Amino acid sequence: MRETPLSNCERQFLLKAIEEKKRLDGRQTYDYRNIKITFGTDYGCCIVDLGKTRVLAQVSCELVAPKENRPTEGILFFNLELSPMASPAFELGRQSELLVKLNRLLERCLRNSKCIDTESLCVVSGEKVWQIRVDVHVLNHEGNIMDAASIAAIAALCHFRRPDVGIQGEEVTVYSTDERDPIPLSIYHMPICVSFSFFLQGTYLLVDPCEREERVMDGLLVIAMNKHREICSIQSSGGIMLLREQVLRCSKIASVKVSEITDLINRALENDKKVRTEGGKFGFAESIPKQRITVLKSDGALLEVTNLEQKAEGIASGAEPISDLGRASSPVVRAPGTAQVGESLENAWGLEQLEEEEEEEEPVDQTMDEGQEKEEESLYHKKGEVVVISDSEEEDVVILHPETKVKDSDQQTSSSQQQGTGVTKKKKKPVN
Amino acid sequence: MADCLKDKVGSVLLPGDIFSFESKEEKVICGPGLRRNGDEILVCKSGILRHKQPNMYWIDSQQKRYVPAKGESVIGIVTVKSGDVFKVDVGGSELASLSYLAFEGATKRNRPNVQVGDLVYAQFLIANKDMEPELVCMDSCGRANGMGVFGTGGLLFRVSLGLVRRLLAPQSELVKELDRAFPFEMVVGLNGRVWVKAQSTQHMLILASLLETCENMTAPQRQALFRKVAHSAP
Repeated sequence: MRETPLSNCERQFLLKAIEEKKRLDGRQTYDYRNIKITFGTDYGCCIVDLGKTRVLAQVSCELVAPKENRPTEGILFFNLELSPMASPAFELGRQSELLVKLNRLLERCLRNSKCIDTESLCVVSGEKVWQIRVDVHVLNHEGNIMDAASIAAIAALCHFRRPDVGIQGEEVTVYSTDERDPIPLSIYHMPICVSFSFFLQGTYLLVDPCEREERVMDGLLVIAMNKHREICSIQSSGGIMLLREQVLRCSKIASVKVSEITDLINRALENDKKVRTEGGKFGFAESIPKQRITVLKSDGALLEVTNLEQKAEGIASGAEPISDLGRASSPVVRAPGTAQVGESLENAWGLEQLEEEEEEEEPVDQTMDEGQEKEEESLYHKKGEVVVISDSEEEDVVILHPETKVKDSDQQTSSSQQQGTGVTKKKKKPVN
Repeated sequence: MADCLKDKVGSVLLPGDIFSFESKEEKVICGPGLRRNGDEILVCKSGILRHKQPNMYWIDSQQKRYVPAKGESVIGIVTVKSGDVFKVDVGGSELASLSYLAFEGATKRNRPNVQVGDLVYAQFLIANKDMEPELVCMDSCGRANGMGVFGTGGLLFRVSLGLVRRLLAPQSELVKELDRAFPFEMVVGLNGRVWVKAQSTQHMLILASLLETCENMTAPQRQALFRKVAHSAP
């Protein structure tokens, strides 16, 4: 099977929409799609849903002889596979360019960053070490496989437990899970990839490109980072020239995203651990809530176009005090063994443009308070069940480097092309 | 014999179900999902059996993969221009061929202006499992009748085949309700591709999003949603 070609009509539309700061699925420029992390019944099995992209990672281990030049270190092995199940364009057993690139990136992200203590995997020096193998399977391809794969791989590694071994003289005994509790790997940090796609020679930037956006993008920048804001690997492809500021900007965005995702993984792990110790049900089957035919149907992000001016007012006035990272990134727990973020994200596009038009006609005054109240209400409401991944990253980005705050915001006004709409609006308000 | 079919109208059938006949007096027309095998009728798709007076039966199924059928109108993407024919992707297992003479007013001198990547609205002249499907952009009288190459602009997206059939049904509630929301142009191909054009990018995005979300909604839910959109859209 070949993949469906991209028509000129779609290409033109996408580029035009990107120029107008709109995306097909109603996200903002810096928004991720919904992320859902689910663990399997076995240790070391993890499925990550990134929107409709779905990736499964499975960790396994075996005792092997170490490499000669490193007799005391365990071996890490990564393997990413693109099966025809993910997309009809992928063929089995063919080393496509994309596959090689993804494998290389995954290896650089996880092995070369030395996030796993390989020395602790040594059993008998020079003779026996653990080989940890991570198999990543792409189950569905809707764009941005790399981010999903890196999240799945690191989450699976964190979740994995290897069997305990005992050494008596020359004899090595591997204890089964019944005899002795299995041991988790020692993980120093969690590197996570964040992809940025560039359009029109780098004029426009989008985080987490979907499949159709990936097809029209000019270049891709992948930054692997951990939550301590250490860059583990960085790669630019597509051959576009990026300015120094652009790369710095991307790394700032990446640090915000990575801290959110790390939080989410930790929550999912904790949740899974809790359920396991309590003896409750866990695993994929349990994470599907009801046994109905419609269980797998996804409620797409519904358009929220009501109360345009009220809501927009609310957002604009609510945008200023956003300074706590915590609120935006607290994940939800739906079912045992899972965690997810950004479920039923509300679309906000279109609000600002319409709102501006309307504002010019009639000054809104008394609706403002109502709007504010409404927004507050809905925020409280959201805290309970649904969390929207931070909708305006500008503020978040600024917090990371408080000393450059003023300069940053100056830059933002000047380079209005790459800006989140929230800020533009805020700046406009006093003028009106 | 039609009795056994009639009894099952409206119920769910699975592939492998068999209807057998004793008398050969009556005629039955088998639509999609039903196949004649000797004296029997086999069900080859899972779905609900539908009936239309006097004797037409078919299976109403949900699927995403398109299988070309003769006479159906589809939206195709031109992928290759090779000599006299264009190869067009219609979402089926094979590329369909479209002759450059199969456009209204096209002659050997006067070729239609079709580029690779363009969208065409065409119907199947030949579609069977053994041959390469063939498309034409005119009806039997040689008129375009709405078919041909698309102009610039607009948004193309995919929906399920079931939704497409609902959109194309005569007196479709869905289309009427959409119409009330705001003005737009729409082309619906039976292969699950929908092309819309409205006055702004945002309207097109809203339309695409509406169509994708409303598939699994009940009528009142949908109406409420559309009303909301109609009120807020300028």
